[in-house]
Amino acid sequence: MTRPRVAVWKFASCDGCQLTLLDREDDLLAVADAVDLVYFLEASSAPDDGGDFDLSLVEGSVTTPADVARIAEIRRRSRSLITIGACATAGGIQALRNFGDVRELMSIVYATPAFLDVLATATPISDHVAVDFELRGCPIDGTQLVEVISASLAGRRPVIASHSVCVECKLAGNPCVLVASATPCLGPVTHAGCGALCPGYNRGCYGCFGPSDSATTGPLTEVLRATGLDDAAIARLFATFNAWAPGFREVAVAAPGGEQR
Amino acid sequence: MTHKARGGRLVGTEALARVEGEGAMYVEIDGDEVRDVRLDIYEPPRFYEGFLRGRAWSEPPDITARICGICPVAYQMSACAAIEDAFGVDAGDPIRRLRRLLYAGEWIESHTLHIHFLHAPDFFGVDSGIELAAIDRPAVERALELKKLGNRIVERIGGRAIHPVNIRVGGFHRLPTRREIAETREDMARATDLAEAVVDWVSRFDFPDFETTHELVAVQDPAGYPVLGDRIVSDRGLDIAVGDFDDHVVETHVPHSTALHAHLVERGEYLVGPLARYSLASAALAPRAAAAARAAGLGTRCRNPFRSIVVRAVETLHACEIALDVVEDYIEPPAAHAVVEPRAGVGHGVTEAPRGLLYHRYAFDAEGTITDVSIVPPTSQNQAAIEHDLWHFVEDNLDLGDDELRRSAEVTIRNHDPCISCATHFLDLTVVRS
Repeated sequence: MTRPRVAVWKFASCDGCQLTLLDREDDLLAVADAVDLVYFLEASSAPDDGGDFDLSLVEGSVTTPADVARIAEIRRRSRSLITIGACATAGGIQALRNFGDVRELMSIVYATPAFLDVLATATPISDHVAVDFELRGCPIDGTQLVEVISASLAGRRPVIASHSVCVECKLAGNPCVLVASATPCLGPVTHAGCGALCPGYNRGCYGCFGPSDSATTGPLTEVLRATGLDDAAIARLFATFNAWAPGFREVAVAAPGGEQR
Repeated sequence: MTHKARGGRLVGTEALARVEGEGAMYVEIDGDEVRDVRLDIYEPPRFYEGFLRGRAWSEPPDITARICGICPVAYQMSACAAIEDAFGVDAGDPIRRLRRLLYAGEWIESHTLHIHFLHAPDFFGVDSGIELAAIDRPAVERALELKKLGNRIVERIGGRAIHPVNIRVGGFHRLPTRREIAETREDMARATDLAEAVVDWVSRFDFPDFETTHELVAVQDPAGYPVLGDRIVSDRGLDIAVGDFDDHVVETHVPHSTALHAHLVERGEYLVGPLARYSLASAALAPRAAAAARAAGLGTRCRNPFRSIVVRAVETLHACEIALDVVEDYIEPPAAHAVVEPRAGVGHGVTEAPRGLLYHRYAFDAEGTITDVSIVPPTSQNQAAIEHDLWHFVEDNLDLGDDELRRSAEVTIRNHDPCISCATHFLDLTVVRS
């Protein structure tokens, strides 16, 4: 039996989500035995052979005109396409440009902005092509990655919880940092997946996995105000790695630079 | 991709493999003359320095970690160093020891990844670490175990291996438990043996004779081999305070390249990273790392970038020994973090990322809101030197066929483990159009 052909693609990102695959030290050789990793530029110099893919894993957000054409081609050649991480799923931290004027950001960082061939926005893959599944996280969780690969190749829906970090916190037996110490925490509106990591380290959740399916930020912002945060600080809490995700976007818009938004 | 160009040869790759991020190589040859050599960067920019303005002083450790998934700890450590410098905070020695432990974990996992999955395939003539496993499975299994042990330090001390959550200005959100320290001690006892075997394994590879001519620059660490510190030194007498970095490093345009390159004022191109650290401080290596370096045939200095794989293996072993030292003589800090009181001012910080010196500068207003940021990653600093090495390597090997020349040229780039994701938030770039 021929092994399924799997490719890993990168758009604007930090490489951390594809590294998650290489960080599955106990599974990596088994995964490599089970599938044919035909294109994975970070890990292999084997060139694109021009064939189609049973599964494409896509990291990063769309930020250049070339990206727009490239993701369309990847979609055309892929039976299944799964986005991995906050950049591919929600635009990533670089989507903060979407709230303001990209030209101003360019002039802060680059001496000769005219050389840059970038779009005014950083957008999730699903804004451009159909996506079969979106795996959340900045970075993604390795166990969940193995689950989505397995599920995709078996033709079933991945078993990934869609509740909030709050539920994970209760399961982990953590005291609630928001209640116990008035520590600002996005756990009530953030998608599960990390195992309630931050409360276990005495800090509030800062939303790396983006909004949970039923997130309603209104009541939480009231609670955050009661912890002593002003509106700008609340906006900054939401204006990070999933700022452009619907659910977080509406609050994030009031973060620094908001006057021009 | 090989084209005939103007009666000459154009040897390049459209996409460099086994590096972090997206780049390409462009080499133009006319007869016996190299016309142009470029490491092109087309990784799209993400504008970190732009959107950090207006954020709070507490935010850079979490935000700048996202510049690089391979070395997030380096970004967190340099950010903390710079912000603490601005506010006059001394985190204290016990916190610094824990930072060394965390950083050792990142060096172990990052170096082990580069050695086995990005670099070693070149010495075996295969495309990937996975193909390497078909030739030498025990070596790859050993690498995976060692990488996992390094990652486990970052997970225990930092919360997770990629983008750790436990790091804040002044120290940590919570201190490690006794159990986490004890487990790390067991892990590192095993890791030192594995790392020692890796040094022996890589030392048997065949290395071309080639020497880089650049000035070698690293952090001067009062505790020994370069990791943390507040002075920057070179093998040619540079010795400056971190606060003077901006006065000594300039970024300029180079002919035929659209990328900004870092140079030392009146001194020229320079190299940061394993070769620089080793050549400046091999005398400060931990005992087993020093012995392994000798057995591997490294002298007190190393200027051959192809041998950087041996230096990385030696540094991996050193990191295991440092981690072991921290956990064996664990001194519990009096608090998880120092008290931080923001004030107006500018702070500078450097630490040694796996790929070399990483500089951060932050300016704050009186409330601790960021007004200006500069981040200079190792790959930006190395880019001019990498191109220079590439130029000379091609000149010396013009008799090779195009395929062999392209393959060797790619290796000269991978020797330096360039991290393009890191560099690109900073570099000017253009899309390569042939």
